[in-house]
Amino acid sequence: MKIFIKIIVFFILIPSKSFSLIEVDITRGNLDPLPIAVSPLSIDENSRQNFEKILKKKNIGEEISEIIEVNLKTSGLFNPLNKDAFLQAPNIANLKPRFEDWNLIKAQALITGKVSYIDEKLRVEFRLWDVLAGKEMVALAFTTVPTNWRRVGHIITDKVYQRLTGEKGYFDTRIIYVAEEGPKTKRIKKLAIMDQDGANNKFLTLGNELVLTPRFNPTSQMVTYLSYFRNLPRVYLLDIETGTQEVVGDFPGMTFAPRFSPDGKKIIMSFAKDGNSEIYTMDLENRIVEKITNHPSIDTSPSFSPDGKFICFNSDRSGYQQIYVMKSDGSNVKRISFGKGLYGTPVWSPRGDLIAFTKLHKGKFYIGVMRIDGSGERLLTENFYQEAPSWSPNGRVLIFYRETKTDDKGEGFSAKLWSIDLTGYNERMVKTPTDASDPSWSSLLSN
Amino acid sequence: MKKSLIRNIDQGAIMKLNKILKNTLLIVFACFALSACATSKKTSGQMQGDVYTGTDTVEYLASGVPDRVFFATNESVLTTASRETLRKQAAYLRKNSKITIVLEGHADERGTREYNLALGERRANAAKDYLMTYGISSNRISVLSYGKERPVDSGSNPLAWSKNRRSVTVKAN
Repeated sequence: MKIFIKIIVFFILIPSKSFSLIEVDITRGNLDPLPIAVSPLSIDENSRQNFEKILKKKNIGEEISEIIEVNLKTSGLFNPLNKDAFLQAPNIANLKPRFEDWNLIKAQALITGKVSYIDEKLRVEFRLWDVLAGKEMVALAFTTVPTNWRRVGHIITDKVYQRLTGEKGYFDTRIIYVAEEGPKTKRIKKLAIMDQDGANNKFLTLGNELVLTPRFNPTSQMVTYLSYFRNLPRVYLLDIETGTQEVVGDFPGMTFAPRFSPDGKKIIMSFAKDGNSEIYTMDLENRIVEKITNHPSIDTSPSFSPDGKFICFNSDRSGYQQIYVMKSDGSNVKRISFGKGLYGTPVWSPRGDLIAFTKLHKGKFYIGVMRIDGSGERLLTENFYQEAPSWSPNGRVLIFYRETKTDDKGEGFSAKLWSIDLTGYNERMVKTPTDASDPSWSSLLSN
Repeated sequence: MKKSLIRNIDQGAIMKLNKILKNTLLIVFACFALSACATSKKTSGQMQGDVYTGTDTVEYLASGVPDRVFFATNESVLTTASRETLRKQAAYLRKNSKITIVLEGHADERGTREYNLALGERRANAAKDYLMTYGISSNRISVLSYGKERPVDSGSNPLAWSKNRRSVTVKAN
């Protein structure tokens, strides 16, 4: 847990001028990922030996560049080239790449760098080069504790992504989710957390009680989730740094479907009583509880707009599950989903312009997006069962979970996390050590 | 010296169209498969509409007192058979006035998790309201929704789903 407290110091080596060099367009499906060469970060023998002792990794420079490579490939926007074809040695390339050599293997961009061991710290510098223009695009150096080495790889990827796409990255982030094991009728569920690339997986609860729907606070390392502790389904707050937990509010019945407000100061959730679920907020500072909806139907799955002024939610007040938007005080309720089928789990994009949702139509489940007025509905993926999209912090990628159909004997069930680009391309399974559901994406850990 | 990435837009459009056509076919196929399934199960005599009427999963609070009632998809309305079951439960609870109960509401797997939690709560409360009209005091009844978390049948077919849409009366003491 301490990894996150340690601050990464980084500074710009050379001010990167803003000429428009290579650009990656992320607004449409990328059929032509940018060929990029990730030269292994060079390392002197003394540093290499020191890191081998501390981190048990033979060559930390190569390990970090591999993290960058995997990240870039997973984004679907880049095509990292095979290292076997590289002609120039890493240490020389970092000083001054021979652009003709890199051009020869069709690299359009090149990442080089250097790792050194200085005062028991890990110092990493890297450079991003435009091969065709023969120019340096970014040059940065950071110093941090050696155990932060994976995060260094993620931060470099974020810088490269940002420089080439013009938008912030999402690589130095974590995913909290529910790890699942056992037969479908007696499923054991635990809270789990991992890095965005699946590394550093850790279980946060033991599986003694049912836990569901963990969600990150967008401003801190706090999580809200539903726990059936003592068979009383209630919304809890968990500090993942300290492990302390508390029940949210003092409700005489089930509270569920929690999420944080964008400023992280409130929790919005449903409270069910006498067959009726309504939406409430609780202020985490003064503990004041406010009732937001007032309708005899089911009102649940609330999600704030990033400016905090509106809430989208799920209600069956029309007879079936549909998506509604209201002001954050509960006024001006408007239905926005009008397509065929049922709609659930609306989640407001961190960019503010779209709402992601789950749709059930004719026995199939879809993950889709629509504008905040309900127009422009676009279905990204279709399957037997999938739901619960969560946005990457830059609003470009959605992560959700998918369950398989069981056979006639009720066997063959599995639940996995998947991610898909907002364009509908680059659908990928996110590897987890166990079955998994209910993913929630954190904000960028460093900015 | 500057090269921007030009993407073939037409190719993108064609791929999308192909995807749409493929999806449409899949949906049509799925509908046939589902409706075929539903009809064959209906004739098996274990479902009326899509409400389970069999006894495979039913347990008994006492002789002749079934512990559970079943619901139609997305519904929390009690059927005639459900009301009969609940009247038997009410009679049993009136006779055994020290027993307290938990009504556990459940949904099938064909719905989003959060909505199903609310739906399970609504189903259990439908049973609670009915028991109360037959003289069972509300302080003997608590309600617990499991949504789709605790199916009795792990199958992915209409009959399994009908068994899972239920409210189960469980003795609490």
